[in-house]
Amino acid sequence: MAFDDRSKLLRRYVIDAMRGGGRGHLGSSMSMVEILRVLYDSVLKFDPQNPQAVDRDRFILSKGHGCLALYAILADRGFFPVSELESFCRPTSRLGGHPERGKVPGVEASTGALGHGVPIGVGIALALRLQKSSSRVFVLTGDGEINEGSNWEALMAAAKHKLTNLTVMVDYNKLQSYGRTVDVLDLEPLVDKFKSFGFVTHEVDGHDVSALETIMEKLPFAESAPSAIICHTIKGKGFPFAEGNPEWHHKSGMTEADIQQMYDCLA
Amino acid sequence: MRKMALDCVYKLSKLDDRVIFVGSDLGPGVLDKMKTEFPDRFFMEGVSEQYIVGMAAGLAMEGFIPYVNTIATFLTRRCYEQVAVDLCIHDLPVRLIANGGGGVYAPLGPTHLAIEDIAIMRALPNMAVVAPCDADEMNRLMMSTLEWPHPIYIRLGKGGDKIVSEEKNGFELGKSIKMRTGIDGLFITTGVMTQLALETADILKKDGVDVGVLHVHTIKPFDHAGVIAAMKDVRAVVTVEEHIVNGGLGSAVLESCSELNPELLPKISRIGIPDKFATEYGSQNSLLKHWGITSSTLVGAMMKKLGGAS
Ligand SMILES: Cc1ncc(C[n+]2csc(CCOP(=O)(O)OP(=O)(O)O)c2C)c(N)n1
Repeated sequence: MAFDDRSKLLRRYVIDAMRGGGRGHLGSSMSMVEILRVLYDSVLKFDPQNPQAVDRDRFILSKGHGCLALYAILADRGFFPVSELESFCRPTSRLGGHPERGKVPGVEASTGALGHGVPIGVGIALALRLQKSSSRVFVLTGDGEINEGSNWEALMAAAKHKLTNLTVMVDYNKLQSYGRTVDVLDLEPLVDKFKSFGFVTHEVDGHDVSALETIMEKLPFAESAPSAIICHTIKGKGFPFAEGNPEWHHKSGMTEADIQQMYDCLA
Repeated sequence: MRKMALDCVYKLSKLDDRVIFVGSDLGPGVLDKMKTEFPDRFFMEGVSEQYIVGMAAGLAMEGFIPYVNTIATFLTRRCYEQVAVDLCIHDLPVRLIANGGGGVYAPLGPTHLAIEDIAIMRALPNMAVVAPCDADEMNRLMMSTLEWPHPIYIRLGKGGDKIVSEEKNGFELGKSIKMRTGIDGLFITTGVMTQLALETADILKKDGVDVGVLHVHTIKPFDHAGVIAAMKDVRAVVTVEEHIVNGGLGSAVLESCSELNPELLPKISRIGIPDKFATEYGSQNSLLKHWGITSSTLVGAMMKKLGGAS
């Protein structure tokens, strides 16, 4: 599937930031560009001028190492200037190698240690329900990330509390840090696992913008259960040298030639 | 003390609708009153300490004040990263009520003994660490927690402790309390060890040795000024804690002196749990004896520092 201009633009923003910082989680960010794009273009309620507005929807990027894609969409949507992306990882930048609440407008939780987003998301969803708020909570995790048991503790609790205002999404790119998830720790049958933990669960091609829009329009999937979307993605999507290649999970010491090679892929 | 802490959560929940209780599979009947009156703000979650700390963080992000309660070891060791990241990095007003600080769970063995909880909680930026000396002080502490904007670790001693604290001394987080004055020496104590020190001071008095007791209920933020001032007037100082000697109250006193008043260092001796896991069961008192935390060791340490025979 060829990217449209918007998917290319957001990827270009990611590269701008990587060029500024000389590093970044390329593979991890590129697998979730379309997921974030659809969330921020068509699903989430937010006001970039008032990022703390009480009636906003909450999005938590639990796989915080994918923050380049989050910074790209937040900048694009006006939470901070696009020109700030090139400050990525510089000493006094707001944009660190993992996203921080209170520093980056639009970031709800400081993540980076894997396995924290779902428990926090459950707490927020419970709080919003207590406050009779109609705001929703979305958490995006990695696939390797859900090796962590804390996720499953929280998933069980979300089902117990019938959190219809909570949607957990998995960026199922089939790779983690060392290699393939089937080799490191196979998650299959993943959809059945989520279902058996009490989530009404759907699968989608996580790079297909209209399929993502269609499925997210159906949220919440049930009247008394939380929702889950397993997004099938490709790590490093759009960059042939990086697609499916664990070497590109994270890169540092990038040269101008490396960066140019990346821009060329989007030409 | 535990009953008082939970009673206070109920009282607080009536005063302020931001107050939430989160337990992790506690005993039957816990906080039934709150559960009945405010079912929405009472959460009894599964055996899942990592999750409940993250959940409490999420609730606090939206303006609630969660009081989280379970056994101290599980609320510290099991979910240390959640405490560090979810509570302390985010700097959220979550209160951790930790059952069984020190040797309370003696018969249950070392998996259940919170011996290093003060040290590891104290190491975390933004975290306050408090160990009240009895149920009355627990009441004063708990009722003062609504407005503190940061996380608090509250260490519970054993149940049914004697009441030694006094209303007139009040309670201010981060301010030590002079429980007894003495011209010769000073015990600096925290938690229920304040009780042991007061008893020991009575014994010493009979032998003509006049020893005071400074109760440091808040180990962090540490009351540098109060502690140093109290140490200046005496010849010997013995710190006493039901906690491993590394990293707890005694260490905090040494650090404080080392930075601000190194000339006070030679006066200090520390009593606490030795640097090893418990190898005995029995009762809290038998463990304290095994660890060498008794009136007679306190007398011995004080007399040695004062330069006399014990
Ligand atoms: C608690 C914790 N353990 C280990 C790491 C180091 N780490 C960062 S990313 C990663 C792999 C994550 O894989 P996955 O969730 O599949 O993310 P993606 O493949 O999308 O990058 C690891 C092990 C971490 N950040 N946090």
